[in-house]
Amino acid sequence: MSGLRILVGCKRVIDYAVKIRVKPDKTGVVTDGVKHSMNPFDEIAVEEAVRMKEKKIVSEIVAVSCGPTQCQEVLRTALAMGADRAIHVEVDAATYENLQPLHVAKIIAKIAQEEKVDIVVTGKQAIDDDANQTGQMVAALLNWPQATFASKIEKTDGELKVEREIDGGLETIKVKLPAVFTSDLRLNEPRYATLPNIMKAKKKPLVKKTPTDFGVDVTARQTILKVEEPAVRQAGSKLASAEELVTKLREAGLIPS
Amino acid sequence: FYNCNFETERPLIRNILEVSTMFSAGRHSCVRSLALLKRLKSTLVIVEHNNEKLAPVTLNTVTAATKIGGEISCLVLGSQCSKVAVEVSKIKGVSKVLVADNEAFIGFLPEVVTPFLEATQKQLKFTHILASATAIGKNILPRLAAKLDVSPISEIIGVQDDSTFVRTIYAGNAIQTLKSNEPVKIVTVRGTAFEAAELGGNAATENLTSEVVKSQLSEYVGQELSKSDRPELTSAKAVVAGGRGMKSGENFKILYELADKLNAAVGASRAAVDAGFVPNDMQVGQTGKIVAPDLYIAIGISGAIQHLAGMKDSKVIVAINKDPEAPIFQVADYGLVEDLFKAVPQITQLITKK
Repeated sequence: MSGLRILVGCKRVIDYAVKIRVKPDKTGVVTDGVKHSMNPFDEIAVEEAVRMKEKKIVSEIVAVSCGPTQCQEVLRTALAMGADRAIHVEVDAATYENLQPLHVAKIIAKIAQEEKVDIVVTGKQAIDDDANQTGQMVAALLNWPQATFASKIEKTDGELKVEREIDGGLETIKVKLPAVFTSDLRLNEPRYATLPNIMKAKKKPLVKKTPTDFGVDVTARQTILKVEEPAVRQAGSKLASAEELVTKLREAGLIPS
Repeated sequence: FYNCNFETERPLIRNILEVSTMFSAGRHSCVRSLALLKRLKSTLVIVEHNNEKLAPVTLNTVTAATKIGGEISCLVLGSQCSKVAVEVSKIKGVSKVLVADNEAFIGFLPEVVTPFLEATQKQLKFTHILASATAIGKNILPRLAAKLDVSPISEIIGVQDDSTFVRTIYAGNAIQTLKSNEPVKIVTVRGTAFEAAELGGNAATENLTSEVVKSQLSEYVGQELSKSDRPELTSAKAVVAGGRGMKSGENFKILYELADKLNAAVGASRAAVDAGFVPNDMQVGQTGKIVAPDLYIAIGISGAIQHLAGMKDSKVIVAINKDPEAPIFQVADYGLVEDLFKAVPQITQLITKK
């Protein structure tokens, strides 16, 4: 009897440490020649999948990424971390600009069905569009339960017990399998891929697909009218002492006088 | 009349036909009815509450709804939530309060709430469905959107017109204006970007009759909420936040003392949360809470992009850090390059002294 199968969504995004620049024509942000990496929340998702495999809860990990050819680098990272095989759903650069979580969710949901997986995991949000939608939408399309913003996951009989990060603290829910969960920062500390594993990852299977293979229409549902720089804050001043600071704040009416 | 190829708006068009005789078949009336349709906006605001009290952020979401225009209905779904419904009926700008009281809503499980919302939407056909961009709103609205096959819009900070919205991307380092081509706009609203709606309204309350189905897929076990007498982080007028420089959880005591003098909420950077100094729900930043108080005091916080994303819309930012090169000084109105363990107690004392 084999264990469960898990599908992990991995997005290639501009590296979190990069200070992004808005294009002068206001159509988007500059992505050419900018360092990209796996969305940090997706790394946590991959890590959790790998730990589930190590605990023998799951038997196979499939990683998926939608986007241009370079997404394969992100998939190779997932494979090096311990995923067994990968699916790259290729979307050309122009279409990718308008690819939305709904489209990605439809693709992931189709793959989940085709691959007969029991668990789908994504990061809670991608740090580029900051949408925080995909996992929830996959769950909706499959009509599976969802456990979002997970900070702790335990597998019990036929279900997952999940601790979720909510606004006032933590919440515990139970979801029946099959299920979708999305990873929060506190779920785990992702491992680094070691060199031997990076070498091994090159030999693991990676298949290329397109949205059409899954019958998913990727027509844009939204039009991005413009992308601008946020207002720049006026540079402030450095003060010499705590006294001066309190005086300034009192003058501004910001502290009780 | 059916020359207008608006499949999705047909039910609405039919409604117009029922109430008005001014339309006859033909292209001309089609144009006119579309103009009328534009005015027939109706927004549903999903109310956030804990069955006892209305969450203040709902007031900000109502303001966003006001900017869209059209009639605003508020939906209170919960268990024994009649008190909340009364509160909601007093919000200015709200025309109708819809109430669905059922035990199955305890825990706001998306597997219970979403089918209910879907059924309600099929019946009442709102053009806009809004919720606050909180853990609950973020959890439920995308699920609803996928069920209705529309692309939702997360965490708007501005409304340009009924289909054009402004939001931030890349941790607030870019502002995106987008137009939704969807027949129903499903939107979450960043509370700090909109004023709170005033009270003084008197909306009628109506019970909803859509069927509530208990979930077979999920179960709510319970919550563990952090207890605090201080103001709530996202709605506080002043926030005092500590970072890695605090060195330990015990040292946060000096921040609590300062916060109490200022009637401020206490927040933290990711570094402080990861180091275990304070619980996660205190995290301010791209993946934590977004705050925009009148006064934000960043103490021992370097000012990483991800932290700035959560606080750079504060009116006045104060930074206290012993490293003069810390990036936080680039956004701070007032900076103090000093050891926080010396400066913070001193400031607390100065405020006390008057």
